[in-house]
Amino acid sequence: MESRHTMRREPSRTTALPLKLLGLWAVICHKRQSSDGLTGKRTARVLYSWYWPFALGNGCILSRDTIKQDPIVDDVLDATYKYGFVTDVDAESAPPGLNEDIVRFISAKKNEPEFLLEWRLKAFEKWKKMTAPQWAKVSYPEIDYQEICYYSAPKSMEDRPQSLDEVDPKLLETYEKLGIPLAERAALAGVAVDAVFDSVSVATTFKDQLKDVGVIFCSISEAVREHPELVKKYLGSVVPATDNFFTALNSAVFSDGSFVYIPKGVRCPMELSTYFRINAANTGQFERTLIVADEGSYVSYLEGCTAPMRDENQLHAAVVELVALGDAEIKYSTVQNWYPGDENGVGGIYNFVTKRGACRGDNSKISWTQVETGSAITWKYPSVILQGDNSIGEFYSVAVTANYQQADTGTKMVHIGKNTKSTIISKGIAAGHGDQSYRGLVRVQKGAEGARNYTQCDSLLLGDRCGAHTFPYIEVMNSTAQVEHEASTSKVSEDQLFYCRQRGISEEDAISMIVNGFCKEVFRELPMEFAVEAQKLLSVSLEGAVG
Amino acid sequence: MLEISNLHAQIDDTQILKGLDLSIKPGEIHAIMGPNGSGKSTLAKVLAGDEAYEVTDGSVTYEGKDLLDMAPEERACEGLFLAFQYPVEIPGVNNTYFLKAALNAIRAHHDEEELDAYEFLALVKEKMALLEMDKSFKSRPVNVGFSGGEKKRNEILQLTVLNPKMAVLDETDSGLDVDALRTVAKGVNSLRDENHSFLVITHYQRLLDYIVPDFVHIMVDGKIARTGDKSLALEVEDKGYTTTQPSAAP
Ligand SMILES: Nc1ncnc2c1ncn2[C@@H]1O[C@H](COP(=O)(O)OP(=O)(O)O)[C@@H](O)[C@H]1O
Ligand SMILES: [Mg+2]
Repeated sequence: MESRHTMRREPSRTTALPLKLLGLWAVICHKRQSSDGLTGKRTARVLYSWYWPFALGNGCILSRDTIKQDPIVDDVLDATYKYGFVTDVDAESAPPGLNEDIVRFISAKKNEPEFLLEWRLKAFEKWKKMTAPQWAKVSYPEIDYQEICYYSAPKSMEDRPQSLDEVDPKLLETYEKLGIPLAERAALAGVAVDAVFDSVSVATTFKDQLKDVGVIFCSISEAVREHPELVKKYLGSVVPATDNFFTALNSAVFSDGSFVYIPKGVRCPMELSTYFRINAANTGQFERTLIVADEGSYVSYLEGCTAPMRDENQLHAAVVELVALGDAEIKYSTVQNWYPGDENGVGGIYNFVTKRGACRGDNSKISWTQVETGSAITWKYPSVILQGDNSIGEFYSVAVTANYQQADTGTKMVHIGKNTKSTIISKGIAAGHGDQSYRGLVRVQKGAEGARNYTQCDSLLLGDRCGAHTFPYIEVMNSTAQVEHEASTSKVSEDQLFYCRQRGISEEDAISMIVNGFCKEVFRELPMEFAVEAQKLLSVSLEGAVG
Repeated sequence: MLEISNLHAQIDDTQILKGLDLSIKPGEIHAIMGPNGSGKSTLAKVLAGDEAYEVTDGSVTYEGKDLLDMAPEERACEGLFLAFQYPVEIPGVNNTYFLKAALNAIRAHHDEEELDAYEFLALVKEKMALLEMDKSFKSRPVNVGFSGGEKKRNEILQLTVLNPKMAVLDETDSGLDVDALRTVAKGVNSLRDENHSFLVITHYQRLLDYIVPDFVHIMVDGKIARTGDKSLALEVEDKGYTTTQPSAAP
């Protein structure tokens, strides 16, 4: 099913396959999927076995002073990974290796109720019998899960500081350096932040203001203690613990992450965001995020991540679950800038992430926007299950692979309810020896009368040692559905660069301009500050990509 | 202004320019005519700094500086402009945005403030009116889906906005009807004064009715074979290149 586009000077478009053809295609896809070990159609409950690669790579974001500067140009000449420093903190870590004792240890560290410990243990038992998926177009040496450390937390976080004043200044400094001041007076107006450092949440800002309107925004550990009923009801309800190898692993050992609950009819008054930071060496990060938007509510959530530069690869296997009830809307944006490894492909984060949202209620909407510039390997497919009638799923993605980065990313849109709509806009940019694949599933179930999907999948190549691949899977089981797929591959040519330079524009700026132009449909979906940061990140990632 | 001496250049081991001499003073308009494949576009691209071409001998001095030592964007910032024979399409990049980036890059090079959006748009509006261009050009991606004539007009729009001291026009007239030709010439002539020099490459002498040159050169096989005034263009049109006799270098 791979359509490897040949490189052409100008983008070409293949438009809208007729439906009949699609039906046939669906059949072929099915076959192909099973031979790939992809669970195509499983049960009516739609269990997916798509996993995410783990690589470090989420974006650096929200730097206050950088926002004011020129969006594109400033950082171009500073090509190094700016977030690669290590914070020297006294940490408490579990010994490397994974066994039942470690699972119990983590659960005990977090004072968890019995139900959660059991849930973890069950996932762990299942995980032991599972194997890592092989179907993605990424290659990496086998991971020894007994060599990884599954819990690391700064000692100063041991007795749970109650306010920012009690938090170790070194930790606050770390976030300051990353451009995320946690003191509320200095913080970015209108954005509440949950800062996660290795296995623990360091601080969550603006909690009290949010509480006033009934919004719960806290670390998942705190939610487990303070709101066990909500956690019990929704945790694992979108991504079952044993959905795939990495979700099972995450369910067994997840350490922290964010929890959001927006009550009925509330429009969350500020952007919520989580900033993930990996610091400790040889430690995996297994965060868990759960966002529940009750009927008629709205929330916009942002996520960013960075990690130190190290020669060893580090594992990041996260799970994100979104639940949108009737008339609710969740907008989830990610700028992923985990350490991508050096120019020779040494080091970098393995980013294996499962992100899935359920549009449970009628007229609900879930929108994923991602800018993936970091990580040595990225493997993620933010998906939407469109259960409610008239519900809407969206996926806007920019993925960049430079040097030796690999990305296999895309989405799944599963149409179950009537008149459900999905839009997929994927922009892949490959440079250097970078390799990337778009992998997307659009499935229209039998009862999804009037379902519609539009997919646009564009690749841009810089240089001639990189690759871009497209793997669309389309399964249509309802004849009233309309599914449209467009794809293009283009190349930034020497002629284009020379033309720009002849007009006085430097090569770096020309590349930025062309790449940003290529991505603008996605960037305009991002909240303002993110869009600016994302543009700069792209410039930095692609520095030296040509010539 | 521009002093080309004994210029030799090759591409992929094929020698194209074989000892070309040319001298352009401030305010002069020079025309180059010559058969297809004689190396006219090669000359234009070598002057602009296209790295696909290798200069194997000779020198080019621009305002007293070694032009061949400068990067393409530096040449552009110093006032050298090439209107391409085949302008390149840049999908996704807005035409106005592109022009603004170019103008501000050049201004920055001269330590001048960026034009603010208002001043810039006023400037573009004025030049577009001069060139009788439709407003839609402002918002379309650079050259994407433009007809041949529209692309050429867009080159001249860039020329008039960037206001270079030394402009090289490579067959800007090819494919234009008489009306378009007249408009393009209007754009060029609007810049014409004692500080602006032009090197106009063309196949047809009719362009030279509108942009009247001070000198006409005939280029054959990578060299200037003859130089004369405007009447040389008429003669060539009449008798063809083959009958033109080699003359001593000007
Ligand atoms: N990449 C190349 N390799 C070899 N020869 C080339 C290449 N590009 C152009 N040429 C040759 O160089 C000569 C001059 O081309 P050009 O400068 O475009 O001529 P003109 O503009 O006068 O028509 C032609 O004979 C053309 O075939
Ligand atoms: Mg030519």
